[in-house]
Amino acid sequence: MFKSITRTIAGVVAAACLSMLAAGLSGAAYAKTKLTMYYPVAVGGPLTKIVDGMVADFMKQNPDIEVNAIYAGNYNDARIKALAALNSGQPAQLSVMFSIDLYELIEQDAIVAFDDVVQTDEEKAWLKSFYPTLMENGTTGGKTWGIPFQRSTIVMYYNKDAFKAAGLDPEKAPETWDELVAAGKKLTKSDGSQWGMMIPSTGYPYWMFGALAMQNDQVLMNGAGNETNFAAPATIEALQFWKDLGAKHKVMPEGTIEWGTLRKNFLEGKTAIMWHSTGNLTTVKKKAGFDFGVAMLPANKRRGTPTGGGNFYIFKKTSPEERSASMKLIKFMTSPEQSASWSMQTGYMGISQAAYDTSELQDYVKGFPYAAVARDQLNYATAELSTYETGRVRKSLDDAIQAALTGSKSAEDALKEAQATADRLLKPYR
Amino acid sequence: MRHVHGWLLLTPAAILLVSFTHYPTIATIINSFFSKGNSVRPSRFIGLSNYESMTQDPIFWKVLFNNMWFAVGTIPTSIALAIIMALAVNRAMPGRSFVRMAYFTPTILPMIAVANIWLFFYSPDIGLIDQITGWFGFSGHNWLGDPDTVLPAIIVMTVWKEAGFFMIFYLAALQHIPPELGEAARLEGATRWYYFRRVVFPLLMPTTLFVLINAVLNSFKLVDHLFVLTKGGPDNASNLLLYYIFENAFSYFDTNYAATLTVVLLGLLAVMALAQFFVLDRRIHYR
Repeated sequence: MFKSITRTIAGVVAAACLSMLAAGLSGAAYAKTKLTMYYPVAVGGPLTKIVDGMVADFMKQNPDIEVNAIYAGNYNDARIKALAALNSGQPAQLSVMFSIDLYELIEQDAIVAFDDVVQTDEEKAWLKSFYPTLMENGTTGGKTWGIPFQRSTIVMYYNKDAFKAAGLDPEKAPETWDELVAAGKKLTKSDGSQWGMMIPSTGYPYWMFGALAMQNDQVLMNGAGNETNFAAPATIEALQFWKDLGAKHKVMPEGTIEWGTLRKNFLEGKTAIMWHSTGNLTTVKKKAGFDFGVAMLPANKRRGTPTGGGNFYIFKKTSPEERSASMKLIKFMTSPEQSASWSMQTGYMGISQAAYDTSELQDYVKGFPYAAVARDQLNYATAELSTYETGRVRKSLDDAIQAALTGSKSAEDALKEAQATADRLLKPYR
Repeated sequence: MRHVHGWLLLTPAAILLVSFTHYPTIATIINSFFSKGNSVRPSRFIGLSNYESMTQDPIFWKVLFNNMWFAVGTIPTSIALAIIMALAVNRAMPGRSFVRMAYFTPTILPMIAVANIWLFFYSPDIGLIDQITGWFGFSGHNWLGDPDTVLPAIIVMTVWKEAGFFMIFYLAALQHIPPELGEAARLEGATRWYYFRRVVFPLLMPTTLFVLINAVLNSFKLVDHLFVLTKGGPDNASNLLLYYIFENAFSYFDTNYAATLTVVLLGLLAVMALAQFFVLDRRIHYR
């Protein structure tokens, strides 16, 4: 017994030595460029497998580059892990991180602008090949810092069966705030068994609010990330409207609505309309026991939604070879073919017109037109809330929204307080 | 030579304690005297400024009071419930081990899983609680979306989770109480309540102290459920001190302010632990 254990250990040690020797030899022979990349997954499903598959395909095409793709949890975890790796002196070369982490990463001097990495004219043209709206969260100060990868918008899911039962045209989703309220009143049952609509107000309240404010023709911040417009009259009006949906029109439950359970509420028919990320599209498609529709968000003064999701960043502490290898990888991952297959497998949107021009995605959209709603809505979209001190600024807005929705403060007071907090935080950056 | 041997034996434990307990504690205190740095403005010594801004931070006071209510709501209830459950299963009855297991089950589940289950219990209209109250004609309530009910809702869940764990300690302690005491009390004609109040409860005091310390610590360091249930919302109505520290450190990257808050948390816990050891300990009867 003991002898066999010793023998096993000896065998393992010998094998380890051999493999190390082999690794050393092959390293000397090829001098591969090694890349470490962190990436987050924010919605359910087998997304890690899809990313790993894409990376494996890339390595097959580029045998001189070795990519170590590390799944790093949600957006928050990915940022923490990548920054911790940077601080500990074992930096990753590139990562997918939240598009709104931009200012934080610039402030920490962690990332390099793509304008300083691209060399050829072809690469410069590549920088301009994406939907401009998706670039908004990745550019500041005239430079591009992030390349869109897993991107989304907010869309309106609605229950066509409930629409029919309430005497509404199931092929025509509400297009304005007034229509939304009117439809909501018809859809809301007085016994509380079905609500007209739900807009989630936990998790990412600022994101949903970005849509309402944009529909009222008001963006929440400037392009330099150092001014917010929380107390602008149109912003206050937008929050008042959100609050009125519950308090005045009674088409939505009062108080805050949970992000995590909203999809179940919709699938169980407790609400006829929900606003949610396109990232839910595939799941809703698979699980809905009724006929459902997907539409653009309604308009007040105009249509509007913020974009969301993750961008590619290249870190600053990288050698020229690592940067060009990273560029190769990013160009591969964001190519029209890869972006199209990524979009079909996940529900995230294709990031360039060229992706939607591929025959695969065109066929898919023909069979399932709702897959293109997010793309069409891009014409009306704006950047997601992102500023310097972004965590605190975002939280002050989140708190204001929740305070107004739960009735502990008026919309005006809450937003004025949030604006005062944001002003105090952002003063040093002006 | 002998003391060298002794120190050698202590070294492994000492290295672990110093590197993972004492050094971080001291580093935290030092960090709390420095400003938040970035590439443009490096961190510098600012004395007590972080503490000053903390006293002016309304969210800090809010989370502190929330934490106090959370402690007041969870500790006595879960201890009382634990004693009642322990007394209930500490006698011969059919299916005793099944009941014991049932009481203990919540403890085995990870807090994150528990929170995910309760998230659906509490969700308005479709949740278990609203479905049950619906049978009696009550309309649904938005338990986690209402600032008045969110903290009580979390307290109830925590009590449910913790009481079973404390019950195990009480059960062990009850089985160490000699049966003669009960027989003697019955011969003397003492009522069961009198026997519990004057004999059982005092004999349980060492366990109660242990459980109390654990419960107090848990009320400050258990925040896993907040990540799932409320993220501290709505409008910080369910935010607790440790979760606020996490937010500052990892959402706002303000490690220095997080260090300041951590010093307060450490101070609070130290004071409470010392008070329990020195004040309560004197009044406890150890056999």
